[in-house]
Amino acid sequence: MRIAFLKIDVVKAFEDLELNKEFGILTRKVYSGDLCPDHAEVMILGDTVDWAENNAADLLIVESAGLCLRCSPYLNQGLGIIVLSSISGIHTPEKMGAMVSLADVAVITKIDLVSQAEREVLIQKIKEVHPNIALMETNALQGNSLNRLYDLIKNSAAIDKSNLFLKGNPPLGTCTICVGKKEIGWQHHFGVIQKLDGPIAEYLYRGE
Amino acid sequence: MLQNITIFPGVDKGGRQENFDYITLKAGETVSIVGPTGSGKTALITDVELLAQGDTATRRRVLVNGELPPDEIRYNPALKPIVMITQNTKCFADLSVEEFLQIHARARKIDDRQVIRATIDLANKFTGEKIKDDYKVTILSGGQTRSLLIADAILIGAAPIILMDEIENAGIFRQEVINLIQNTGKIVVFVTHDPVIALLTETRVIMENGAVKKVLRQNELEITAAKNLLEIDKKIGVIREELRAGKAITNELMAVNFAS
Ligand SMILES: Nc1nc2c(ncn2[C@@H]2O[C@H](COP(=O)(O)OP(=O)(O)OP(=O)(O)O)[C@@H](O)[C@H]2O)c(=O)[nH]1
Ligand SMILES: Nc1ncnc2c1ncn2[C@@H]1O[C@H](COP(=O)(O)OP(=O)(O)OP(=O)(O)O)[C@@H](O)[C@H]1O
Ligand SMILES: [Mg+2]
Repeated sequence: MRIAFLKIDVVKAFEDLELNKEFGILTRKVYSGDLCPDHAEVMILGDTVDWAENNAADLLIVESAGLCLRCSPYLNQGLGIIVLSSISGIHTPEKMGAMVSLADVAVITKIDLVSQAEREVLIQKIKEVHPNIALMETNALQGNSLNRLYDLIKNSAAIDKSNLFLKGNPPLGTCTICVGKKEIGWQHHFGVIQKLDGPIAEYLYRGE
Repeated sequence: MLQNITIFPGVDKGGRQENFDYITLKAGETVSIVGPTGSGKTALITDVELLAQGDTATRRRVLVNGELPPDEIRYNPALKPIVMITQNTKCFADLSVEEFLQIHARARKIDDRQVIRATIDLANKFTGEKIKDDYKVTILSGGQTRSLLIADAILIGAAPIILMDEIENAGIFRQEVINLIQNTGKIVVFVTHDPVIALLTETRVIMENGAVKKVLRQNELEITAAKNLLEIDKKIGVIREELRAGKAITNELMAVNFAS
């Protein structure tokens, strides 16, 4: 399987270098800077799908920092996967809102650091937020017990890139995404826009 | 109904095939897993707990009643026939003891309202300083945490397979634990460095370099040896409790316990 990987982070990320080195896969990263990472994703994901396709990738993995937890980066297609550490706090599933409730799959990591009972307590908390989520647990240092995830990925349907939408409802606001336009790709938006290659438009972007 | 589990070989730390055909553990069987530190004892019981299917570092596979366990059993705590006491001695959840047990009881689909009270009372039989319902689980000591988790495993987990990783290390009353779970028809597996526990079990699995090196059955002589060791252990236990209570060693104490 040919894999392409994109990391969207706010200020600094190394996953593109690390994953490329360790697995020899195609990788790249984008910094969202003063944008929220979900906003950045909506802008660039259309281009990114083209990039993955042009490079003959079978699987595109997008890792997003997803920080404010009001929205979520999940799309109407593909698999939405939340990766949650066993020690991230017992109330995290409730606090993370759409990040948990709109995910298809939850992968619990660091199970080597907690007791079985505590793992099951966290799982129960997640299920109470999202009863139908596909759950699995792993020691990510070893990649334990992830056959179920691999099967879900292998069996997931192909993407129709002309029909990509955000799964969740954006908040009320004044930006194109905030007012509810869910189409993927900067062509569909105005205001603060960003392309995969190239800077955010100078005249609207107020950074450092 | 759980009748048995079967472990199929994987590879050692160097990637070489393990040297056994399969290991079957039957309901009611007691097993110990021994071997040097780092030899893969925890890894072996973790394979059982995860019902590994070639997707762990050891590549082992585990069958339940001779069959591939379905996904529901692997991933749903309410259906999982296994409880495990790990070496962890800390809880991170910001919950009181009572809340923690209530949520776990929901996860395991236990409806009995008395079970929370019973679990805390049982935990307090294993530990010196009492655990209270409204304590946060995060402030419990290592020994208290493990006592609570063992009581939780017995009454809330309440599964036909119980895996315990070095229960002797937590300073709890381990004999109480062993007495409770023996003869309950469960498969009981102890990872241990304790000769008393090792000799008391019917089957002994010896680990080395990440692989099963040998599987031994308890022999007649070992049953006698275990009884003797248990006597010595009780005497040491009396002295331990005296010291814990702030008493000094007296001639009488030594005479009662070690006069021969
Ligand atoms: N013990 C243990 N450590 C883990 C596990 N998974 C990750 N770690 C460690 O946790 C740290 C953080 O892991 P990352 O994968 O970078 O975490 P992340 O969530 O991607 O972090 P950000 O991208 O910065 O949000 C690293 O030191 C990992 O080695 C696990 O399952 N068990
Ligand atoms: N067959 C194997 N292949 C690869 N790695 C292994 C294998 N067996 C064990 N390991 C790894 O070796 C390390 C030590 O193993 P483990 O924790 O199971 O040792 P242990 O016998 O329980 O030690 P201790 O007595 O100190 O608790 C762990 O990181 C474990 O994942
Ligand atoms: Mg161990």
